Amino acid sequence: MTPSACDKSAFSTMEVCGSLTVSLREFGCEQSLLSRPDGSASFVQGDTSVMAGVYGPAEVKVSKEIYDRATLEVLVQPKVGLPSVRERSQEQCVRETCEASLLLTLHPRSSLTLILQVLHDDGSLLSCCLNAACMALMDAGLPMSCLFCGVTCAISTDGQIITDPTAAQEKESRALMTFAIDSAKHSVLMSSTKGSFSVHEVSGLMTGKKECAPFQTNKTVNAKPKRPDVTNRLH
Amino acid sequence: MKDTPLSNCERDFLLKAIEEKKRLDGRQTYDYRKIKISFGTDYGCCFVDLGQTRVMAQVSCELVAPKENRPNEGIMFFNIELSPMASPGFEQGRQSELSVKLNRQLERCLRNSKCIDTESLCVVSGEKVWQIRVDVHTLNNDGNLMDAASIAAITALCHFRRPDVSTQGQEVTVYSPEERDPIPLSIYHMPISVSFAFFQQGTYLLVDPCEREERVMDGLLVIAMNKHREICSIQSSGGIMLLKEQVMRCSKIAGVKVSEITELINEALLNDRKARKAGGKCGFAESMPQERITALKKDETPVEMTDVTETANGIIQKGEAAPQTVPSPVVPVPGVGQVGQGLQNSWGLEDDDEDDYEEEKNDNSGDEQVEEVTKMDVGEGDVVEISDSEEEEVVILNPEVPEKPKNTGSKSHQKGAAASKKRQKK
Repeated sequence: MTPSACDKSAFSTMEVCGSLTVSLREFGCEQSLLSRPDGSASFVQGDTSVMAGVYGPAEVKVSKEIYDRATLEVLVQPKVGLPSVRERSQEQCVRETCEASLLLTLHPRSSLTLILQVLHDDGSLLSCCLNAACMALMDAGLPMSCLFCGVTCAISTDGQIITDPTAAQEKESRALMTFAIDSAKHSVLMSSTKGSFSVHEVSGLMTGKKECAPFQTNKTVNAKPKRPDVTNRLH
Repeated sequence: MKDTPLSNCERDFLLKAIEEKKRLDGRQTYDYRKIKISFGTDYGCCFVDLGQTRVMAQVSCELVAPKENRPNEGIMFFNIELSPMASPGFEQGRQSELSVKLNRQLERCLRNSKCIDTESLCVVSGEKVWQIRVDVHTLNNDGNLMDAASIAAITALCHFRRPDVSTQGQEVTVYSPEERDPIPLSIYHMPISVSFAFFQQGTYLLVDPCEREERVMDGLLVIAMNKHREICSIQSSGGIMLLKEQVMRCSKIAGVKVSEITELINEALLNDRKARKAGGKCGFAESMPQERITALKKDETPVEMTDVTETANGIIQKGEAAPQTVPSPVVPVPGVGQVGQGLQNSWGLEDDDEDDYEEEKNDNSGDEQVEEVTKMDVGEGDVVEISDSEEEEVVILNPEVPEKPKNTGSKSHQKGAAASKKRQKK
């Protein structure tokens, strides 16, 4: 493909997106709501809600021990039934994001366990899990190099871009993407996509998501105004 | 992960305090902790907070074939999930003793007491019945999971609405919630379990033990009862020996507690019904506390997207050119895909040996996923004997036209190599 052809098609797709007002659903978060886990948080995006609990650093089984860093284990519990392959892939996405932002080398031969319980799924589940995970890790006081947030985007069949889609919007979309973006450099830590889309749409989306990220990270910092030790550790 | 062990001084302190009729949180002997019941967005989802103990129950339904010995009855399935979030001692996947005990107790409390009319769950006798599944997830374990789970389960069952069905002969139509209003389950009574913890060989008794008290108790008595003072199940564990007066006293206390809890459940269900009728938003989001330092809520926010187009175009211009596209696969025969032309066979096999493997290749080409292609130099379609046996005559079924390039994976190559080795040995 020649560069000039790229420009023209990019322009035509982006025109549709530029004219829309893209918005995030109402979101809320609560920390330290469970007494047993070391850190806990619940994150709500519209009707989708996820509760996260963190234990760690704690004793690790010798079979899972890593000599120079902490072993992070992520568990996603669905609301109905037993965990299946879908939950395993979500666990993988969350674990990779957390491993990229946690300073695991500060706790060698220890275990960190992050448990996510789906309370209600109304679309954008993976990004809600990522956000709940970040809040819970912060609440547990674990040292992190940056905060991260998750944003989901859907591309509908006529090319419209919908951020933070509901379950009904997700069903009718032709592509669904979730990105984890860090707070320090606004770079993409993890991406999980489903469906078919073009290169131009992805680059447009990533730029759009980076705009969404400051909203979410501002909220995470505001949620804990009286915990200076945690914010200091982030830089 | 292991649970922190209980130290001896903690144990002695707790036991001494109980002897002096004092509890850690200042409750009286027969007091329950504060119970809070809230509901989720969809029907059948219920959160119960018993002090710091938190559980969530979700009811779902599905049409299945009934059990053979009960063709007219629906199926109830209970599952208490001891999530690792609730306590560091709980492990995912392992059926611990506590998990088995809780599951069994909940089943006895709800299934054996016949609180749900299972015959009303039958759609087509002998073929289709509703299976009602209750999943209880423990979120935080601060003692007395059994009571919290039983309250959550029965409240969720009362809250649940199943889809409406209509049968016309053998045809069954299930209506979605938009077409016809879903209908509630028919529940006869609400059994609720009450736990009593015994200390010092049955001398002292506490209702609703918290986590620390559970650790030092000698035995546990669980009585499941409904508000009509009918006992649904009694279970005594721990090996303590109780006098019959003690058991009678416990059942009287249980009667009082159960009627209080049932009133609370009915009030919560009524409030939820009113809220839903008024059209207000209900769910976990609404039950989040507002004026608290650990909670934050933000309304629907629009996102600034004005610079997106320029930045996106900039990224694409700086990016690399698209990779060379590969020609799409060609389908010479159904079941066979071909990409590219393939290479000369470099195995050094003789021409007449290659004809023998045509049949094997024909069988394999349908099964194998064709990614790489190798061209086989084949001679004319001569009939060659494959085995040295003189008993049978070898008949070749589908001789392929040899000019066409063959699609083979490495499998048949290896077979060819192995067979050719055999021949050379012979």
